[in-house]
Amino acid sequence: MWELACSVTDPEMPMLTLEDLGVLRDVREEADGVVVTITPTYSGCPAMATMRDDLVHRLRDAGHAARVEVALTPAWSSDWITERGRQALRDHGLSAPGPAPAVTGPVLLDLFPTRRAIACPRCGSDAVSLTSEFGATACKALYRCTDCLEPFEHVKEI
Amino acid sequence: MDSPYDGLLEHHDVVGDDSQWAFGTDFEDPLAGVDTTVPAGLDAAELAAYCLMLGDDALVLSHRLSEWCSNAPDLEEDIALANCALDLLGQARLLLARAAAADPSVVPVLPEGSPVPAEDALAFFREAVAFRCHRMVEVDNGDFAQTMVRLLLFSTVRLAAFEQLSTHADPVLSAIAVKGVKELSYHRDYAARWFVTLAQGTEESARRLAAGLDALWPLYAELAAAYEAGPAADVVLDQVLAVAGVERPDRPPRAGTGHTEALSRLLAEMQVVARAHPRGQW
Repeated sequence: MWELACSVTDPEMPMLTLEDLGVLRDVREEADGVVVTITPTYSGCPAMATMRDDLVHRLRDAGHAARVEVALTPAWSSDWITERGRQALRDHGLSAPGPAPAVTGPVLLDLFPTRRAIACPRCGSDAVSLTSEFGATACKALYRCTDCLEPFEHVKEI
Repeated sequence: MDSPYDGLLEHHDVVGDDSQWAFGTDFEDPLAGVDTTVPAGLDAAELAAYCLMLGDDALVLSHRLSEWCSNAPDLEEDIALANCALDLLGQARLLLARAAAADPSVVPVLPEGSPVPAEDALAFFREAVAFRCHRMVEVDNGDFAQTMVRLLLFSTVRLAAFEQLSTHADPVLSAIAVKGVKELSYHRDYAARWFVTLAQGTEESARRLAAGLDALWPLYAELAAAYEAGPAADVVLDQVLAVAGVERPDRPPRAGTGHTEALSRLLAEMQVVARAHPRGQW
């Protein structure tokens, strides 16, 4: 059952399975069917509804009644993206997140553009510049490689 | 599959009636499976009122920020503001759903058999007077500078409050807060960077920033008091003001309480379709 749920991919980043993304938390069989637990990446991520539908349909197609539940705790962290997921991101031209910021005490104000030690997923150059902290989906920032001049997306640390 | 449109229909025979309330299509309960029992020692009505306050502020500011869609100075800011709006909408959904689960009596009564879920009933079927949001989030966007000032003031206060709420006795509210802290940190720093940039930009950008700050400052005290943000928010604001070289405005809080006329106009636009088709399904 876990393998079946694992075969569902993220609707926005289809190179990642929900397991690779770290949102798939639990799959268990109960009397009335399979219960899959997922954790939202961002509070408003619109892909969550599609993930829910895809999970239910994938399991139903295999003959299992299924429902999806939400676990809010612990909150999703980009650290949960698996090593295989990170490699899949790089293989598809996206930059994988670094370690999520440790939360100890108040979140300090940062008035400078976030500095990340990342490399261009196309040419490998570390001469990259941040275009925007916000991208086409809630989880990504926009970058540009100043060597090969190609834009690319970086999955944010959270 | 013969046609891509078949994909839209393929599961109907398995699932049965897939029709959903038109305005809640694809949106299932954001708290599905979450234990929403109110812990002993907490007053359910107070918890619901507090969650409504936090949820209504997020919903209304989310709507205001979304008004920038396709109108921002450039594509990157358009996307950034839409991202912030989306995060706040997500927080609003969770908080309204939490309020409804804690105290179902806060949810407007709809006709028997209505397909409208509780969070949507709260968003679309309450009058302005029942909303618990603050005047700071209601007023019109103004220009880009004023929008950045509001996002800075709001996210600074809300971030400080959410950091405290991370250990709240209600595990649902604390989970929403833990998640919100991560999102609000991005919003606050984004707005703070624009605040400094505009303050130190051209004469015109500095003038507009000062005007935006002047317009919104009288509404700051009300928001900060409601969120009990304490000195944490003031420390951050003073840091931003110092780096930007902008004086803290010397303007008294705006008198009175309640809502602005702007909220009624905003709700009229936000609610009109849902109210016209309370049983709308597709």
